[in-house]
This record gives sequence, structure tokens and C-alpha cells, in this order.
Amino acid sequence: MYRGYEAVIGLEIHAQLSTKSKIFSEDATAFDAGDNENLSLVSAGLPGALPVLNRKVVEFSIQAGLALGCEIRRKNTFARKNYFYPDLPKGYQISQYDEPICENGRVIIFVGGQEKTIRIIRAHMEEDAGKSTHFGEYTLVNYNRAGVPLLEIVSAPDLRTPEEAAEYAKTIRQILKYIGVCDGNLEEGSLRCDCNVSVRPVGTAELGTKVEIKNVNSFRFVEKAIEYEIERQVDALERKEKIIQETRLYDSDKNRTVPMRTKEDAQDYRYFPDPDLLPVIITDEMIKEIHLHLPELPSARKKRFIEHYGLPEYDAIMLTAEKEYADYFEATTKISSNPKSTANWMMTELTRELNQANIEVDKSPVSPAGLAGLLKLIDQGIISGKIAKTVFNDMWSTGKSAEEIIKDKNLTQISDRAAIEKIVDEILSQNSKSVLEYKSGRTKLLGFFVGAVMKATKGQASPDLVNQILLDKLKR
Amino acid sequence: MDLLRASIADIGQQLRKKQISSLEITQYFLQRIAAHNSKINAFVTSNDNAEREASDVDQKLARGELLGPLSGIPVGIKDMLCTKGIRTTAASHILKNFVPPYDATVVSRLKRSGAVILGKLNQDEFAMGSSNENSIFGATKNPWNLDFVPGGSSGGSAAAQASRLCAATIGTDTGGSIRQPASFCNVVGVKPTYGRVSRFGVIAYASSLDQAGPIASCVEDAALILEVISGFDQFDSTTSNQKVPEFSKNLNKNIKGLRIGLMKEYMMGGLHPDVEKTIALAVEDLKRMGCEIVEVSVPLTAQAVPMYYLIAASEASSNLSRYDGVKYGHRASFENLSKTSLEEFYMRTRGQGFGVEVKRRIMLGTYCLSSGYYDAYYKKACQVRRLMAEQFQNCFNSCDLILGPVSTAPAFRIGEKLSDPLSMYLNDVFTVSANLAGVPGLSIPYGISIDNLPIGIQLMANHFDEQKMLNVGYALQETSPMTWRIPNV
Amino acid sequence: MVDLKTIRKIAKLSMIEMSENEEADFSSQLSKAIEYFNQVSEVDTKNVDPMTTPTEIVPHYREDVPAQVVSPEEILAIAPERTGNLYTVPPVV
Repeated sequence: MYRGYEAVIGLEIHAQLSTKSKIFSEDATAFDAGDNENLSLVSAGLPGALPVLNRKVVEFSIQAGLALGCEIRRKNTFARKNYFYPDLPKGYQISQYDEPICENGRVIIFVGGQEKTIRIIRAHMEEDAGKSTHFGEYTLVNYNRAGVPLLEIVSAPDLRTPEEAAEYAKTIRQILKYIGVCDGNLEEGSLRCDCNVSVRPVGTAELGTKVEIKNVNSFRFVEKAIEYEIERQVDALERKEKIIQETRLYDSDKNRTVPMRTKEDAQDYRYFPDPDLLPVIITDEMIKEIHLHLPELPSARKKRFIEHYGLPEYDAIMLTAEKEYADYFEATTKISSNPKSTANWMMTELTRELNQANIEVDKSPVSPAGLAGLLKLIDQGIISGKIAKTVFNDMWSTGKSAEEIIKDKNLTQISDRAAIEKIVDEILSQNSKSVLEYKSGRTKLLGFFVGAVMKATKGQASPDLVNQILLDKLKR
Repeated sequence: MDLLRASIADIGQQLRKKQISSLEITQYFLQRIAAHNSKINAFVTSNDNAEREASDVDQKLARGELLGPLSGIPVGIKDMLCTKGIRTTAASHILKNFVPPYDATVVSRLKRSGAVILGKLNQDEFAMGSSNENSIFGATKNPWNLDFVPGGSSGGSAAAQASRLCAATIGTDTGGSIRQPASFCNVVGVKPTYGRVSRFGVIAYASSLDQAGPIASCVEDAALILEVISGFDQFDSTTSNQKVPEFSKNLNKNIKGLRIGLMKEYMMGGLHPDVEKTIALAVEDLKRMGCEIVEVSVPLTAQAVPMYYLIAASEASSNLSRYDGVKYGHRASFENLSKTSLEEFYMRTRGQGFGVEVKRRIMLGTYCLSSGYYDAYYKKACQVRRLMAEQFQNCFNSCDLILGPVSTAPAFRIGEKLSDPLSMYLNDVFTVSANLAGVPGLSIPYGISIDNLPIGIQLMANHFDEQKMLNVGYALQETSPMTWRIPNV
Repeated sequence: MVDLKTIRKIAKLSMIEMSENEEADFSSQLSKAIEYFNQVSEVDTKNVDPMTTPTEIVPHYREDVPAQVVSPEEILAIAPERTGNLYTVPPVV
């Protein structure tokens, strides 16, 4: 609620599908290619060049559609969107118009501990445009991106706050990454958002005039751009101004949106079915096959983590946020047989190191087997939790196993009862005054004795055993 | 041997027997080009390597290597097909200096089977026209009478073939552009089933209608070229994976018992009397050969020309958007590019680059697709197209082939119809239907007008039934008074 | 009737510069053509699926394998103007 107004927000997310070659031609999609290195007859729009659809794009789109709860259109068609721009080599973009591959889906998002269902109107396949850069007195054009496959996912105007919008975008990214159809890399532009924002007085059903914010490329900016836009529109309405239907751009440096073009000079795109590409026919068998191999989605996995591993909901949400992270958890638990300690270690030590090194979990120098090995040594009482932390750090920097490190550094916990008893006796005789105080009721002093024994053993004594022996001897 | 009247098979036989060399064959046709092309204006660009490529064939022959069916056969290619390293213009200023970095699939298949490319042939700009008058290279002349048009848009291909400047040529047919000039010039032209021949590397005019095909001296040659260029192509997703028959080996003159449909709507008056006579002659000859003549009807024929122009122009307006002065081809020159607006840049480049007929069709197509007109024009035409295609299917339920004229009249004078685009469009009434329905069509020489201008007849078959069409053409070639008649150039 | 105003709008959408004479010619020629083509409206096409390609076969798909059919250098070589390996166009702001 904004000064008596409510916002109505819809998102169009352009997700790059992780294919190796382009949607309609054989040139590569590699991000790090040199200028116009990913160029083909089709990508440069040469006379006589024809688009041939990449099968993987259809498969990925069906996967995404199923994951987003969409119906898959059995006969869907490509259409040409005609307009002139230097980054558009053919003078038209091949997209889908009135017969998209996916329709009528939904996703569930969590905001403020509440579930909310956001409807998806459609998702369609299309080609990306090239990139134009202003350089000196000219604009220079690179077609490496031209023809990179995109899935444009259009939500219903079901979002009401900037936070919801950002959460929705995150959820879409999470799902697409989970099923492996999009790498979700925001820096490389693998995911871009157009935000449609309007406001209306609370309690009215009629929609306000819609403004589109184009090409927002981070979740934080989605939130901030929409926030700014809502304030701007409410300000205008309070001043009794009319909202103009227009396209705006978000300027992240100044945190504001600026007009790009108004509806007045709206393009007439002259969409029509592309005669070079026949309708895509999708059979029930194809859908069945893809459904069968669809990975478990984050929401289902979270539920399973709670039920199967007995994890708290918070842990389950954290661990399933990314597929690779959840995979790491399951791989570790399978060996460690201790889900809760695996979860704890992942959410503290492992995450901290990953963040510090800025690497993804699947690149972690400590493998699931490595971490599980460490956890087992703790559970077997061979090392203490405290020592385990230094062992983990060594594992991270050397890549060695926990056992190797313990052996090399002679860190094995002293669990020889006789050896510890001997040290305990020494400590007690050196501190006879404290022993008397303890016996007279200051049982808090137990901690002091434990500390002294641990210090004497350089922390290698089994804390359980030290406790047990101390209590035993002090009772006498 | 008389190369002027030799079929491709004849030439091939002489070559294999080493009675003539590949180089001699190529030089023979190059000499004919040198002698006659200036009058006809058919070839617009020559392949400077033709003789060397011909010698390569001779060397292969000497080494005893297996030779393809078109080895040493000199062919001319319409300037609508990309040829690697050989300028390809679509007869347009906007591609005046365009040298493609690749071969169209049709061209690479011809080369693979041993053909020697002599050069590129004149045409209407972007294949838009039926007279070959819309070309930056100037009009091509009809070799039967230089004051007359050769037809279009593959006028250069038909005129070159008629005057035997090469052994065979390739044209393209979007609304009759192979069949009509073949008819005007007394040669054989085949428009294949849509999807039979790859469009990869064929400069697009109207994607759902375009097909490349042979224009040749005789049905045998056309059949041979067709079987070489046909078939699935991984670079064109609209090609069919139907098996390509050995059209030339399968040719069969025994056509007894075939049912030939005479289309009511094509014979309803308005035909030039000599065209009418020509059809009547063919009907008599077919009956004599044991065919049954039945009447068939495609009532929507009356809508064919409007439908064709609405669809072709719509597709063309989009297909020709890629010519923008950025990646290749003509770019207008500006005193200061950095002070030029993008709109100015595009409008000047395209305004200079396209000829008037191309502009007219781009404008028409943009109009038909624009907001508010799409349903009434483009979509409506596509709906009528389906109905007409169904009417064609009904015809083929009651006949094997449809016989009809190619054009209402023989060739007209150069300049005669230039001022009235609509009257020019109406010429295409008998040919556009095959493109709209996607069925194959064949034009073969069958008559001559009182003014000594050739008249062809047209056969249309059901989808992928080219063989039947070629067989009847093969049989009619025996009875046609115009077979192998060559103009005096 | 395709009036001059419409002709100018269409010319801009088509990105074709033309003289006033051309505009006038196109206006009358396109008006005549459209008037003739209007006869398609007389055909009853209720519930008819538009036919946008004549053979309607199941299309062929490409496998997702990167390849090079023609080298980027050969394609760049025919550019009217470029800066390094980038295409040069007027400033787009």
C-alpha cells in the first residue's frame, strides 16, 4: 500500500536457454567470444540464409514449461516481428506471437513467510538481438548474441509489491537453473526483466495506465526500479497528472526511471507467421519423455528434505535454494549418515569459505566425500568439533582428506583413558585449592579443570572423556 | 557433333567416349555467349573460372574418376541464387556488388554432379515481374523477336536457353517465373513441388511460394537437372525428406489411360486465339495417345491473382528488410555518417537501392501486414489459399494431371505494359495457383503465334508427383510441332 | 483508397525514401491494386485455418552442435563499413 494506492505488477523475464549453438543456426553461443566471432550466414542475415530450429531449444522450452506448470501447445508457430534496428540483422526478430509453446502456468513464491501463487500467462521461444555499442562518433554492432535462444516468460499482473516482484524473479531463476535450461548468470545477461507497473486506488478493480520498464538486469534493480516507479506514479496521481502509457528505462546510477518512448510512436510490428519455419509439432510422447526426466523442483525437494532427513524448515529452504547446493548436501549425507551435522557444516563453514573465495559449490575444493569423512571422524570421537574446524580449513586450502591432515599434524584426539587420567591427576594436584572449593559446592569450576586439561593436551583430549574422568575423580 | 541440338545425355555420351572434351563444350557455349549475348542481354555476370573448371572435368575424365551426371555440362544460373565468389545481385542496385561467400544448395548440387557454371542470368529485380524489364542490367530480349519480352522473372534463363547460350539453366518460380518465360521462349520449364528443392541460398522473394527449377531444351534435360537439385537439405527446414525418383531414367512415353483434367476456369474466354488453338491441339494429341480428358474446376481461380499478390507482397516486405546497408550490399553515401540519423540512413539506402516495382511490392506488403489490415488482407488471403488448395486436391481426386495455358497470350512488346502494373499482374492468372497450392507445374513448347512467337502449355500435378507430369511432357514432346525449334539469333 | 498520408506512413514503416512524384504514383497504383484485391473479402472463410505454407510437412530440426559453415571473416569481409570486427552504423542514441 502506497499512500492509499496499490501497485499492479507483471514481469516479462527473458531467460537465455543454455544451448551450445544458436536457436536457428550452427554458430556457437559462447559468451567470451571475440567481436563477431559467433557469426554465421543466418546470424548476419545474408541473402538466401534460412533459419533451422535447434531441437534442444524446443526440449528446454518444454522442460521449462512443465516446471512452471504450463500447458504445452501441441502445435506452436514462429512469427516475425518486423522493425528496423542495427542489432537486428534481418529487419525482423523471429519470435512467437499468437501460438506460443507454453501457456497458463503458475509458480508459488514465499514472501514474508506467506505462500503466494503467481500465474504465468505464456512462455515463448525467440531469438536474441545483437549488441550495439556507442563508440566515438558511431555505433558499432556485434552479432554474437544475435540468434541466442531466449524463453520469454510472461507473468499475469499478480504481483503487488517490489519485494514480491523480486522474489518472483528469483523463483523463476531458481527453477530454470534447477532443471538446467538456463545458467541464471545475471552478469552475462542470461536473465533480463521487463517490468510492467501500474497503480490504482486501493479497493478499485480497474487497472491503472501501465508503464513498462525495459531490460532490468538484477533482482535488486527489479525491486528498486519498481519501487521508484510506484512512487513516481503515485506522486503524479496525487498531483492530478495523467500517467502516460510508455516504455521507460531504469538508470541504476541515479536510481530512477527515464522515458524511452511513448505509445504515440509505438511500433507497428506487423507480426505474421514465419514461412521459413513450419509449425512446431509436439507429441504426447515427447512431453511424457521430458516429464520423466525432469529433475525434482525446489519446492518438492524442500519438502522431501524436511520429511526424509528430519531437517528444520529453515535448513531445508537454505539447502535447496540452489540445485548444486542441495546435490552437495545429499551426496555428503549419503556418506556421513548425519543430515543435521551435514546441514550445520554446510550452512556455516562451507558457505563462509565459498563466499570468501566467491566460487560455486560444485567447484568446492572440499568434496562431499571429503566433508563426510570429516564429519565421520567427529561422530566417532576421533577428533573434537573444535579441531575439526581447523582440519576443515586445512582441507580447503590443501585439498587433502581429513584423515591425512590429522595424521600429518598428529591431531588425533587422545582417547586413552590412562593417559588422560594421568594428566587429570597432575592438574588436580597442582590446583588443590580449587579442588577444595569445588568440593565445597563451586561446581562451576569444572569448566576451569576441563580447560586446563585441554590446554595441557593441546586440545587433543576427547572432551567427553575429560569430563567423565574429572567428574569421577572430583566426586571422591 | 551438333551441340546446338544435343541433349545433356547426348553431350555426356560424347564426353565419356572422349569425342569431345569438357573444355571444348564450355568454349563452344562461351563463344555463343560472346556472339549473341549483347543482343539478348541474358548473361549479366560471367564465371571467369569456367574454362578452368571445365578442364578439371577433363582431367578427372583422363584419370578415370567417376563422373557425375552433369559432368562438363555448362549451365547458367539465375542471378537470384547465391554463387560463391561470383557476384549475385538479384538484378538489384542494392546488391550490385554482392559477392556471396557461399553457394546455394542448388548450385553446390549442380557442381557436385560435374556441371560447369558459365555465369549469372538476368531477371526481374528480386524476381518481381513477368517481363524481365525490371532489372538494373536492362531488359532481356526475346530471342524470337528482340522487340518482345522474354517473360519473367526468369527471362534471362529462358532467353539464354532458347538461344542455346548454355546447355541448361536454373530459374526460380514464385508465381510463374519459370513457366511463363519458358513458354514465351520455346523451352521447357519445371516448377517443382514446394519443398522438393532447397531454397537455401536462393534469395528470398516470397518464402512460402519460391521454388527453384530447371529451364532446359527438352523434357529429358529438365528431368535430369531436377533429379540432381531435388531432395532434403539440412539448411532448409521446409524441404521434404520424400525420396527423389530418378526422374530422367523413369521417363515413360506410355501415358495411355491417364486422366487429364482440363480446367474449366482456364478455358472461359479471354484467351488469345493462338493460345486456344495450341491447347486444343494438345488435347487432341493426348486423346490420340490414349488419355482421357475430363473437366475439372477450381472455382477460386478468380481469386488467385489477388491472393498471390497479397501473400507474396506481405512476405516480400519482410524478406527484403535485411537489405539495410549494414552487413553487405549498397549503402547510401553520406557526407558525415556520424551526423546522420538512423532513419535517414535506412531510408536513403533503401530508397536508392530498390527499383520501382520492388518498392511497390514492399509498400503493398507492409500495408497488408500493418495494424488494422492484417485480418482483411494477409490472413484472409491465407484462408482463401487453404480453400483453393483443397479445390486442387479435389481435382486430383478425379484426374492425374491438369492441362492448361501458361499465359493468356504470347509474349508482349517491351514497354507495352510498364505503365500499368495491375494489367501486368493479371498476366499471372494461370501460373500463380500452382505456387499457392504448392503443386508442381511444367511448361513445354506446343505452338507458335501468327507473329512467330512461341506458345507453351502447362501441366500441373499433385504434390511430389513430378514424374507423371514429366512423363506426359515427354510424350507430348513427340507430337509438339515446336520441339527443338531454335530461334535465329 | 491508399491516400498520401497512408503512403508516407507505410514508406516510413518500410524505411524507403521516395520523392513526391513516387508518393503520388504509389498512391494511385496501390489504390487501384487494393481495390482489385479486395475481392478476396467476398470469399466465406469462416473457421478456415490460414495456410501459411503449402506442404505442411513435419519440419526438420537441427541438433545442438556448434559448427562453422562459412567463416566469420568471409562474412565480415563484405561489410560496407566496419571498425575492427564490428559493423559501423550511424550513432544510435
